[in-house]
Amino acid sequence: MGVNEKIEKTDFPGKIHETAGGGIVLSKLDDVINWARSNSLWPLTFATSCCGIEMMSVASAKYDFSRFGFEVARATPRQADVIIIAGTIVNKMAPVLRRLYDQMADPKYVIAMGACAISGGPFFYNTYSVVKGADHVIPVDVYIPGCPPRPEALLHALITLQGKIKAGLTREQIKENSYLNP
Amino acid sequence: MIEEIGRTTEGDLIINVGPQHPATHGVLHLVITLNGETIKKVEPHLGYIHRSIEKMCESLSYRQFIYVTSRMDYLSSHINNHGCALCVEKGLQIEVPQRAQYIRVIMDELTRIASHELWWGAMAMDLGAFTPFFHAFRERETITDIMEKTCGARLTMNYMVPGGVMADLHPDFQKDVKQFIQLYKSKFEEYNELVTGNVIFQNRMKSVGSLSKEDAISYGCTGPVGRASGVFCDIRKLYPYDIYNKVDFEEITETEGDSFARYMVRLKEMQQSIRIIEQLLDNIPEGEFQAKTKAVLKLPKGEFYQRVETARGEFGVYIVSEGGTTPYRIKFRSPGFSNLSALEHMVRGLKIGDLVAAMGSLDLVIPDIDR
Amino acid sequence: MLNEDLKLKLTGIQPLIHFEEGGEWLNIFVPPEELRTFVLQLRSDPDLVMDYLFCLTCVDWKTHFTMVYHFSSTRYRHNIVVKAKLDRANPEIETVSDIWRTAEMLEREVYDLFGVKFLHHPDLRRLIMPDDWEGWPLRKDFEDPVNMIRL
Repeated sequence: MGVNEKIEKTDFPGKIHETAGGGIVLSKLDDVINWARSNSLWPLTFATSCCGIEMMSVASAKYDFSRFGFEVARATPRQADVIIIAGTIVNKMAPVLRRLYDQMADPKYVIAMGACAISGGPFFYNTYSVVKGADHVIPVDVYIPGCPPRPEALLHALITLQGKIKAGLTREQIKENSYLNP
Repeated sequence: MIEEIGRTTEGDLIINVGPQHPATHGVLHLVITLNGETIKKVEPHLGYIHRSIEKMCESLSYRQFIYVTSRMDYLSSHINNHGCALCVEKGLQIEVPQRAQYIRVIMDELTRIASHELWWGAMAMDLGAFTPFFHAFRERETITDIMEKTCGARLTMNYMVPGGVMADLHPDFQKDVKQFIQLYKSKFEEYNELVTGNVIFQNRMKSVGSLSKEDAISYGCTGPVGRASGVFCDIRKLYPYDIYNKVDFEEITETEGDSFARYMVRLKEMQQSIRIIEQLLDNIPEGEFQAKTKAVLKLPKGEFYQRVETARGEFGVYIVSEGGTTPYRIKFRSPGFSNLSALEHMVRGLKIGDLVAAMGSLDLVIPDIDR
Repeated sequence: MLNEDLKLKLTGIQPLIHFEEGGEWLNIFVPPEELRTFVLQLRSDPDLVMDYLFCLTCVDWKTHFTMVYHFSSTRYRHNIVVKAKLDRANPEIETVSDIWRTAEMLEREVYDLFGVKFLHHPDLRRLIMPDDWEGWPLRKDFEDPVNMIRL
């Protein structure tokens, strides 16, 4: 024995029970991590037009979203977890949106709020400058219909996003755990 | 002296404010040339929310294009719709019933109060005070609850039609509005205590962003921005529409033209709006809420211009019609466009913190500017 | 001033104008070369004092353009509309942005959407479309099969 003996490397914390998804200790750890992530998502203040006012209503005292963990709305994408696209995306704004999304750190989630962000909304026909849906620019997890959607609809969407994160079904998590992409 | 400040020299810093920025109230991109912290030049870049509304309206019918304007200046959505409906009525020479006129004016004034409330909360938040934001939204939520019971929506209420309004008032309307006025009068003192009388606030706003009377007229500034510089430009007094000529209220003007004057003009306007609502609320006549019109409207050949006073200034609708069911060309004269053009003149030579205060006092809504 | 007195006064200033009937306000057609001198007179004449330009736009009538200027006076409260016909192949007109400062941004917008060149404008470039956009969107013959979905 001695320092010259080669020590064999094993996975932390060791092979306890082999299952798909990484072993029973890691899957429980995943659950805890998902629970922690979903209950403290920090939104980015990104409001281009009318839906932004409904987002501000949700931030204020009557339909408070800080009771779900979204209290600290950051203005910089480097510190935000979820981007709520509230408003129409226009050809001139699309590269800016892409750059904001790229600057956000993983794991990041996207909510498309309002008819304009889903598919161009009332500005679908006969306009030359509107991007017909924010998902032409960045991948979206939750869509909220309405023009503008009620604040309760936005709260429902935030809770749905939390449910998706806990179940491991957001685009990020599917990409991470996909067996096609080891 | 002003020209010397404006030239770019070595060692100047050019920075971007926006398009995504919490203080610009929308997607406004400002390219600022700085020398240290002193601003030398401000250049607004627009177009980040240009939704080609004027082109789109050329293929919408006269009943449909009205509701696109509520997405333009969404904080005074009723007033914008009112202006468009009045322009179409001018072309077709429709007579609006008295009950509809009273309802329209009351809804307009409620919208004006809601818009000024949000401006007040957002302006205080820009300068660093977070509490007034929640107080402002408390009043605003009361107003949107009243609107929701009558019109069906909270923010973009598609309520005005050429000929009147879309539906009658809900049965408890007068009781709800009276309760709101009671609540508002008791809370108004809070606003003065929290923000207006605050020494820090006054020092940040007085003598910041001054605009003289000749400059205000030359830049086309209307609304509270023009009135704070001494220009008498309230459309409700000069070219009254609906029943504004029968209502007794004052036009508020100040003379200094700085940010604090713009602030005081808006606060006093809220009180005048309450006065108008109180005069009208108990006297709403019975009758029709919508005049009988054809289902498909066709304006005769010609040009029509109608102006209304929104919370930001003079909003104009210019329709050029060739006799068909859709307009040939529509131009919306937006108040924010002209107010923004005065920004550079106002802040040259000041510091960045003053830029935020001046922009907050201008009350810009960017989709209104870009259309 | 009433419309009749305005007509007499304005014909006295510039005899080449002609009037169009049937509007709420007085509609005046001016040849585009005479526009600048005419509006300078409107601003400086003590009986007119048109110091408030509230709307500046352009209408595309498939064979020609028409520039439309709406003026008002803060002292006398009268309103007039001045129009100028421009050639569609080469639309050019003098700027009025040194007389009314609001025209600076309004003329940039008309250049951006219609392609009308304003001579001696201090800074004529695109305002609301992206800088590398090609074409003049609000013209009637503007086709954009990539972006526009027609109903």
